[in-house]
Amino acid sequence: MATFRQEVEATIPALRRFARALTRDTEAADDLVQDTLVRALRSEHLFHGGEVRTWMYTILANLNRNRLRSLARRPVMVPVDDGDAAVDAPEGARDIERGLATLVDEQRDALLLVVLEGLSYREVAEIQGVPIGTVMSRLARARQQLKSFLEGGRPALRRVK
Amino acid sequence: MTEYDRPVTEDELHAYVDGELPDDRKEAVAAWLAMHPDDAGIVAAWQAQAESIRMRYGAAAHEAIPERLQLERILAGDMVAARPRGRRMMGMAAAAVFAAFVAGGGVGWMAHGATVTKTSAFDAITADALDAYRLYVVEVRHPVEVPGSEQAHLRQWLSKRVGYELSIPDLSSLGLKLVGGRLLPGPAGDAAAFYMYEGASGERYTIYCAKAAQPETALRFKGGERDAAIAWVDNKVSYVVSGPSDRDKLETVAKNVYDQVDKGGAKKS
Repeated sequence: MATFRQEVEATIPALRRFARALTRDTEAADDLVQDTLVRALRSEHLFHGGEVRTWMYTILANLNRNRLRSLARRPVMVPVDDGDAAVDAPEGARDIERGLATLVDEQRDALLLVVLEGLSYREVAEIQGVPIGTVMSRLARARQQLKSFLEGGRPALRRVK
Repeated sequence: MTEYDRPVTEDELHAYVDGELPDDRKEAVAAWLAMHPDDAGIVAAWQAQAESIRMRYGAAAHEAIPERLQLERILAGDMVAARPRGRRMMGMAAAAVFAAFVAGGGVGWMAHGATVTKTSAFDAITADALDAYRLYVVEVRHPVEVPGSEQAHLRQWLSKRVGYELSIPDLSSLGLKLVGGRLLPGPAGDAAAFYMYEGASGERYTIYCAKAAQPETALRFKGGERDAAIAWVDNKVSYVVSGPSDRDKLETVAKNVYDQVDKGGAKKS
């Protein structure tokens, strides 16, 4: 049987992928994963059975929310890039990146957990601490917003937090 | 009406895209989509989004794992402290926010016309509080004497012992639940109250309150490698909020406590 540490270790690649999509910034993503790992190892005593994987996603999503909160308090941190330097990414990839940036946090989390991480609605509900119906409506809103962003090119409204 | 004929809901379209439908409904939805091009278009758009997301980020899971994310490294040392504070701009912005926050406290202090704070006594309280934090925060089974479920009793008991009316700040808006509290020796041989809070992923914060000699001070930050504290005196009571070294989060917690205490939550005699 895998030990707690082995199970934690096995989640690292997926956590990096999830964090990368959440932050759209390689360094920030790995910071987030690192903090998640430290937190998980330190809090082993708080883990009462269940799936290590969903627990790790929960920690990471919480830490990311804190990160976004402190980013939001900082003025002029995120440059709104028009004609930016991300030339290495093809046009389509930049679109999806920008589209994700326009989503409300919980909706982005839900969408990424489902489509990128392949989690079930039930698991996402557990991670977000909400009923499955709420996960589904977050998913629906995320998809709708992304669709209109990708079709319209620009978000109707930039989210102010 | 059979299962097959039941009209398809939007929820089912999502569940179809995400492979969450039972087999019989899967077929029904596929048949529905064949007859309803508008819905089929929407489903195709969702599938395309999912595909772009996987194309863009899927590869991140196959990259070599950097050293700083290897468990041996993390277990070997305190990687949180060792982490390079890479983005200098962000650090500066954080410092700016903190300066504004401290200045806010400072204005109150100036307005009250208080005399210059004796830093030694102040530092001593902060050090005591941080010691208590370090001592109890790692405690698994007995971190507190009175659990948070007995909040009313905790408040009464501690108020009686410290000799002024205490309030226990509610930090649930920050996702922090009251673990409970205990009585500790205060700086002048008197009593101090100590509360502990815990977040969903195990992070713990504590508040230490004791009688102070000076009436008011500004807020001060004292940072260590693993933990940090923000301390101030308000209405002759010192407050020290201690927690993990994440300064932004600590500021948020301290600000919250400060605001709640400031609103007259604690009525001192």
